[in-house]
Amino acid sequence: MKPRGPRWLRRLATWAADHRRAATDTLDRLIRAPLATLMTVAAIAIALALPATLLVITDNLEGLAGDWRRGAALSLFLAPNIDEAAGEQLAAALRTRIDIGRVDVISREQGLAEFRQYSGLAGALSQLPGNPLPVVLAVYPAAQVTGGDDVNALLEGLAALPGVDFAQADAQWVKRLQAILSLLREGALLLGAMLALGVVLVVGNTIRLEIENRRDEIQIMDLVGATGAFIRRPFLYAGAWYGLLGAILSWGLVDAAMALLQAPVGRVAALYDAQLRLAGLDLHQSLSLMGLGALLGVVGSGIAVGRHLHRLQPV
Amino acid sequence: MIEFEHVSKRYPERGDALKDLSFRLAPGEMAFLTGHSGAGKSTLLKLIGLLERPTRGSVRVGDEDLARLPRRRIPAHRRRIGMVFQDHRLLGERTVFDNVALPLVTTGMPRNETAKRVRAALDQVGLLKLERALPLTLSSGEQQRVGIARAVVGRPEVILADEPTGNLDPDLSREIFRLFERFVEVGVSLLIATHDLELIQAMGHRTLVLKQGRLIADSADPETLKPRQPVHQPRHAPPA
Repeated sequence: MKPRGPRWLRRLATWAADHRRAATDTLDRLIRAPLATLMTVAAIAIALALPATLLVITDNLEGLAGDWRRGAALSLFLAPNIDEAAGEQLAAALRTRIDIGRVDVISREQGLAEFRQYSGLAGALSQLPGNPLPVVLAVYPAAQVTGGDDVNALLEGLAALPGVDFAQADAQWVKRLQAILSLLREGALLLGAMLALGVVLVVGNTIRLEIENRRDEIQIMDLVGATGAFIRRPFLYAGAWYGLLGAILSWGLVDAAMALLQAPVGRVAALYDAQLRLAGLDLHQSLSLMGLGALLGVVGSGIAVGRHLHRLQPV
Repeated sequence: MIEFEHVSKRYPERGDALKDLSFRLAPGEMAFLTGHSGAGKSTLLKLIGLLERPTRGSVRVGDEDLARLPRRRIPAHRRRIGMVFQDHRLLGERTVFDNVALPLVTTGMPRNETAKRVRAALDQVGLLKLERALPLTLSSGEQQRVGIARAVVGRPEVILADEPTGNLDPDLSREIFRLFERFVEVGVSLLIATHDLELIQAMGHRTLVLKQGRLIADSADPETLKPRQPVHQPRHAPPA
C-alpha cells in the first residue's frame, strides 16, 4: 500500500509511532520483571517522598501560622488622658474601616483586673493610689489582611492615630515560627536536591546494568541499521518510567504520612486552640512531583546511555 | 555493487590486516571469499558493513564512498546490507518472528507491513511455521535460516555472510548456499566468507582468495589464477 500524505507528515507519524512503541514496550518489559522494578521504584519513591513530606508539613504549618497571625490582635494603648468614652468613639471609627474586622475596648478597670489575675501582683497593685493602666483597643485585622507586610502597615497606621500612645502586634512568636518554618523549607529543598542526585544515580546504575544485560541486542540492532536514537530510546523511556512510577509511589507515601501524622499534629494544634487538618499534595504539586520524577529518571538514564552505549558502537 | 580500490587496513596492535586490496562485485553477483584464518576475510566484510573504516583506499557500495560516509549515515548504509553470521547472532528471548522483524522495526515500518514482509522472508527460508518459536529451540541449520531471513527481510542490495555454514553439516551447508543463490537471482550482490573449499568448488561461483591480507587469487581474473602456492588443502582432496 502506498503511503499517503506529505513526506513530513509521514515522518512525524513514524516518529510518533516509534516513541509510542518504545514507551509501551519498555513499560511492558518493566512489568515483566516486577521485583527488580519494584526495588528501583521504591528506592526512588523514598528519595522523593522524604523532601516532599517535609515540604507538605511546612506548607501546612505555614498556613496555620498565617491563621494564627490573622487571629492575633493588635493592641493600641491609648494616651493616659483618653478616657473610656473617647476610646469607644475611636473604636467605633475603626470598626468602619475595611481593613479591620473587629475592635474590642478594654477599659482601665478590665485591664487592671486582668493584670491582677495573671501577674500575681495583686497585693502590690492594691497599694497604688490609682489605676495606672490606659484604655486599650484590641484591633483584629480583616480577613483580607493576610501577609506580614500588610499587618505591619496596618500597625504603623494605627500607631500614628491621634490619641494612640503606642501600638504592638501580639504575634511575635508567630513570626519566630514562620522564620523556623522558612528554615525548615530551605532545609527540605536542600535535602531534596541531594536526594534528587540520589535518584539520578539509582536510575543511572539501573540503566547501566540494563545496557550490560542487553549488550547482544544493542550490538545486533546496531548491525541491522538501527540509529543511535532508536537504540537509546528504550533506555531513556525506562528511566522516565522508573522516575514516574517512583514519583507516583512517593505521592502515595506522602499522603499516607499525612494521614498518620494527622492525629498527633491535631493534638499539638489543640494545645494552641487551633484546628489543623493536614492536607496532602495539591494537584499542581502532585503533577510537579511526577514531572520531576520523570525528568530525574531521564537525566539518570541519559547519563548512563551516554557513558556506556558508545562502547558498544565501534565506528 | 561493491568496489574496493587499493584498500588497506592496519590495526595499531596487530599490524596490517588487509594490504592494497582491489576488486569489484557487480549487482546480482555472488562470490566466495576464502583464505586461512587471519587472512583478512572478516576484516574485509567489516569494512563493507562499516564496522571498521579502511586505513587507506576506497570502499564503495553502490555510489557511496564508505571512507567518507559520515557517522550519522552509517545506520542507513547498514540497512542496505544484510549480514549473516556463523554464530547467527539471534536474540534468544525473542521469537523467530521478532528476530526477523528487527531490521524493519528499526525503520519504524508499520506493524502490518512488517508482519507481511517478515512472513514473506520466513516463507523464503522455509520457516513460516516456526515464527512463534524461540531460536534456542531450533536446530543450528534452522537458526542459520532465521539469520538469513533477517538479512533479507529489509530487501538489501548486498548480503554479507561470515562463515554461514561453519557449524553445519555438508548437506545443510549446500541447502544454505542454494538459498543464497535464490537471492542473487533478484539482483542482490552476495559475498560469502568461508573455509569450505568443497562447497565453493561444488557451487561454481566466483572466488576471491586472501592470504595475509592480500588478494592472491580471483577466479574472475585469470591473471591471478596462475599457480603460486597452495592456499588450502580441500578436506577430501582427490588423490593426485
